[in-house]
Amino acid sequence: MAILIDKNTRVMTQGITGKTGQFHTRICRDYANGKNCFVAGVNPKKPGENFESIPIYATVKEAKQATGATVSVIYVPPPFAAAAIDEAVEAELDLVICITEGIPVRDMLRTRYKMQGRKTRLIGPNCPGIITPDEIKIGIMPGHIHKKGRIGVVSRSGTLTYEAVAQLMEQGLGQSTCIGIGGDPVNGLKHLDVMQLFNDDDETDAVVMVGEIGGTDEEDCARWIRDNMQKPVVGFIAGVTAPAGKRMGHAGAIISGGTGTAQEKLAVMEECGIKVTRNPAEMGKLLKSVLR
Amino acid sequence: MKIHEYQAKEILREFGIATPRGIACFSVDQTVTAASKLGGSVWAVKAQIHAGGRGKGGGVKVARSLDEVGQLAGKILGMTLVTHQTGTQGQIVRRLLIEQGADIKKELYIGLVVDRRNQRVCLMASSEGGMDIEQVAAATPEKIHKILIDPMTGLTDQDADDIACKIGITEAAMTETRALLQNLHQAFDSTDASLIEINPLILTADDHVLALDAKMNFDDNALFRHPEITALRDLDEEDPAEIEASRHDLSYISLDGNIGCLVNGAGLAMATMDIIKLYGGSPANFLDVGGGATAEKVTEAFKLMLYNPKLQAILVNIFGGIMKCDVIAEGVVTAAREVKLTVPLVVRLEGTNVDLGKKILAESGLPIISASNMADAAEKAVTAARRV
Repeated sequence: MAILIDKNTRVMTQGITGKTGQFHTRICRDYANGKNCFVAGVNPKKPGENFESIPIYATVKEAKQATGATVSVIYVPPPFAAAAIDEAVEAELDLVICITEGIPVRDMLRTRYKMQGRKTRLIGPNCPGIITPDEIKIGIMPGHIHKKGRIGVVSRSGTLTYEAVAQLMEQGLGQSTCIGIGGDPVNGLKHLDVMQLFNDDDETDAVVMVGEIGGTDEEDCARWIRDNMQKPVVGFIAGVTAPAGKRMGHAGAIISGGTGTAQEKLAVMEECGIKVTRNPAEMGKLLKSVLR
Repeated sequence: MKIHEYQAKEILREFGIATPRGIACFSVDQTVTAASKLGGSVWAVKAQIHAGGRGKGGGVKVARSLDEVGQLAGKILGMTLVTHQTGTQGQIVRRLLIEQGADIKKELYIGLVVDRRNQRVCLMASSEGGMDIEQVAAATPEKIHKILIDPMTGLTDQDADDIACKIGITEAAMTETRALLQNLHQAFDSTDASLIEINPLILTADDHVLALDAKMNFDDNALFRHPEITALRDLDEEDPAEIEASRHDLSYISLDGNIGCLVNGAGLAMATMDIIKLYGGSPANFLDVGGGATAEKVTEAFKLMLYNPKLQAILVNIFGGIMKCDVIAEGVVTAAREVKLTVPLVVRLEGTNVDLGKKILAESGLPIISASNMADAAEKAVTAARRV
């Protein structure tokens, strides 16, 4: 079923009545099987109302009970977004995708702490979302640039992921699932978690892994790939030219205390046997070259 | 966001952390008055800039008379202080901190940061205070002790005592150190700090612990709930172009090259800088215009890049997703007309309605160099910059 989501997934939108929530829920609903997938919205002040015939419930729990939705997507503004994740975790959803950018780190530290030992998986925050092409799209990525296929894509960035997808398409390669795990320093699924899912997925043959400066997620993932991965992986790391100590757009994209450089990440990935390119225009070509 | 040492110490004192008595000064006269008000016979004269490494750069001196306070203040105030963190251009010193001297028995290091891998606040401590902690970490990693702090219970007595023991705190100073470490964590948590560094924390001759230096950085995403911290922002310490950019909701970082980049999305923006370098050029900036690259935003972005006298070409790299390429192309054309571009402009569009977007650029009558992909765009921008 690709990974995490497919055409049978049922989704609720937290923050469905806001401008962003409305805009993207409409586009997601109109993509592939979206009409059947997007079944509920949540707004504590507007239960009983609806958004273009998608019913609105007061709480995540009620939305889950009434519609069977097991996944939520969050467009709630930053000051309230961590609490929205907490609510979805409390309601024992399978997966929460938080698009919101700008959540305080302290809030995310507490939310991640509370998620320990719970079943809910989190993608994001500060991410484009997840798409299983031609089945379902949950998030803000342009659906039409994708096509169903057998390549997995995982990245911390939005538009750089679209770039990778466009390059795959140029090579005639469709995607099983594409995930943007987000640009924040404290987040849910990491490269490593997504890589494990791709490794176990019968519908994925190879993976494009896109990283950027900051943290050590890419290195952790590279070491796991060296020891466990059964499928080819190619990589690119953005920020070889980024200066130290400066936050490059994403809250998590910062070289601090000498760690998190692109050079270090690329070196570890190469040591672990991953084919990497330093040219962001060649991600698609490189992936094609490693297909068996 | 960064603040000055004297501001950080004010915050820390509110959380019960002991520091030397000190007064912030903006003129030489003020420093002498401050020193006599503080009393004693030894004072530290400390340059207040946001970068570290001030001591090595000559920005921190000890004075043994009021005259010497004035003399040293005169030398340091207004100087361009160059440290390993300022870059070669350095930073002008506009504020000084005059502090009472302290009787130092031992210099220690305490730091609090967010450990991304473990998703916890991490307390770091070392017996090797007063030195560059990154060098200590590289040369003698065993001398750095770490504790991950549970966000619900905070720093426990046992953990605090354990780490105090490891860095050589004396029995007599144990209780005081425990309180200091717990208060530091309280300060970190309550203010949404992203970093606190006390380097050095000193053990005085009479067994008290004192924060001799203090550095605090804050999470920009949390400033909305801390107006008192936002008020401490010192614009003199920031790049003027970056201040202007933040006013227009653009994410901009100045670099030292000659090819300006305008990109949507942080990852793609970094990748664009990287590919310019890969093709033999040098990026002048990082610039993420965000999801909605409107004509107004693109215009402001062009103006910002054109302030840079070194600029010799502009590369626009946009992946139109939800925002369609034709809308972006209109924005680029409008902006280019309004600012009367003086350098070559290379534009690469990809994504939704890309053909329509390219047509708009081609029919604009403007000398826009169109590129078919990122590599082509980088190559054309590098060539164009050389020709100027």
